[in-house]
Amino acid sequence: MSRGLSLEIRRKVIEMSASPNGVHIGGSMSIADILAVLYADVLRDPAAEGMSGDRDHLILSKGQASAALYAVLAATGVIPQAECATYAEEGSRLGGHPMKRLPGVDFSTGALGHGLPLALGVALAGKRFDHGKRAFVILGDGELQEGSNWEAAMAAAHHGADNLVAIVDRNGWQISGRTDDCMSLEPLADKWAAFGWRVLGVDGHDHDEIRTALTRPVEPGRPTVVIAHTVKARGVPGLEDTKQSHSATLGTAARRAALAVLDGDRA
Amino acid sequence: MSTDIATRRTVAQVLDHVWENRARVESRNAYAMMLLALARENPNLACLTADMNFEDHFAGELPRQHVDLGIAEQNMIGVAAGLTVSARPVFANGMSPFAIARAFEQIKIDVAGANLPVKIVGTHAGLASGHYGPTHHSLEDLGVIRMLPNMTVVVPADSWEAAQATVAVAEDPGPAYLRLGRQATAPLYQERGAFVLGRARVLREPGRVLFIATGPHPNLVAAGAARELADQGVSAGHLNMHTVKPLDQEAVLHACANAEAVVTIEDHRALGGLGGAVCEVVAEVGGPPVRRIGVPDIHYDLVGGEEYLLHHAGITVSNAVAQALDALG
Repeated sequence: MSRGLSLEIRRKVIEMSASPNGVHIGGSMSIADILAVLYADVLRDPAAEGMSGDRDHLILSKGQASAALYAVLAATGVIPQAECATYAEEGSRLGGHPMKRLPGVDFSTGALGHGLPLALGVALAGKRFDHGKRAFVILGDGELQEGSNWEAAMAAAHHGADNLVAIVDRNGWQISGRTDDCMSLEPLADKWAAFGWRVLGVDGHDHDEIRTALTRPVEPGRPTVVIAHTVKARGVPGLEDTKQSHSATLGTAARRAALAVLDGDRA
Repeated sequence: MSTDIATRRTVAQVLDHVWENRARVESRNAYAMMLLALARENPNLACLTADMNFEDHFAGELPRQHVDLGIAEQNMIGVAAGLTVSARPVFANGMSPFAIARAFEQIKIDVAGANLPVKIVGTHAGLASGHYGPTHHSLEDLGVIRMLPNMTVVVPADSWEAAQATVAVAEDPGPAYLRLGRQATAPLYQERGAFVLGRARVLREPGRVLFIATGPHPNLVAAGAARELADQGVSAGHLNMHTVKPLDQEAVLHACANAEAVVTIEDHRALGGLGGAVCEVVAEVGGPPVRRIGVPDIHYDLVGGEEYLLHHAGITVSNAVAQALDALG
């Protein structure tokens, strides 16, 4: 089921990338499989209307990948399927970064370094007020250069937030180029471990690996980070693992070629 | 302090206690006592702190409702917003210069933009940190926070008003900033009166001059200046604008309907805070001239205690009188 969902996410992102305003194709495609596994197999009531109770919350901290989030919300019936066609149009609910006014979006994101503190707050709500609540947050790798992440990382371990799962989309790129050319992140796993987190590494496009990591029993008292090794613009011919995939508009021919590749995967 | 906390258990008991001892209780302690009383009544109230030590009793008595995030204000504000999925209201405590300036983007997006019941409480506001210097002064907070939609901005004028304001912001469903100082200050009120968010308190009926002040020292300056002008035969009114946002426009316009000059007083930059807010209202109706008393637009790297720094900035009775007379012409 998650495999079909990831294809649907990619298909919708490609359709949205017709927008003359551009779509963050690279970072949306790199998390398509992560989102598919989360929504198909992991999250409990992620789009429930109320915030309280033992439901799960997903925060897309790397808000620039909003197209992938809109795609999964449409594919799972949280928003109308046809609404994706309004991406970035004037008056649309679907902007370049997700806003709380959209069903299924618990927190507006886009300014980087906000998602992990928010998710820690949700996790503490699950520890202190609504037992059973869990927090999942998808972080960009370049985003980890924001210091607020490390404030939250330190506090999450200190307060034993074992119901918090951070997923790092390690696609290796940020606007100006290769992440580690701009600001070295490695040794990334060691950094999280040193902050007191359980660190799991996965191929971010292998659904079985992602699912296994995200459904592992908690380690009492320790938050979990899943470092998902991904390929920017995964599945889009000519754009995979490139800087120019960061934000782009795809013409008719490019979209047709990309959809053909997806149809090949489906067959 | 510890005895006070142990014996004052309910909101009503704290109000009585603070009223009776308002001359010696620090506003921040009145707030801390009231927060604990409110949290005893509301098990969903959460108290976050960035390494402050004035709410120790809270952590000891209600540990489930208390989280220390360490010296990390950005994270504290994000955590506060996240916690609101289950906890309401969430009080986030820090020193004003750091809780506001360092965490501004988190306040803008995660709290104000999201319209969540997060109450940011900043102590050491204005020049209250005195000789600790400009790193610890908070002179821009009113200006930047009042720019944010949904925010309520409250500056209690003494410990009694701090206790009342704590109850009011806890009951209000939206986000708020409660601005507190450090030392005990002289009480402003002779009688217990009701506190209503967004409704200025008239301390002296309007006259030819209107003083509008916010916070402890500015209100004491306004009260002294109004008395002195009266002694000179010039009638002067005094409004305590404890809520800077939403500003009580009705009270401002009513009070300055017959005034020939308005003087605003704040321990904040003269730019952008209460003075700016009053000018926006008065200018739109073509009202009387407004003089703004506040910290001048220079980097304030003087060494001295709060009183010394206030004096240097012209936040004094003599300057308030002089500005008023000059504006009258």
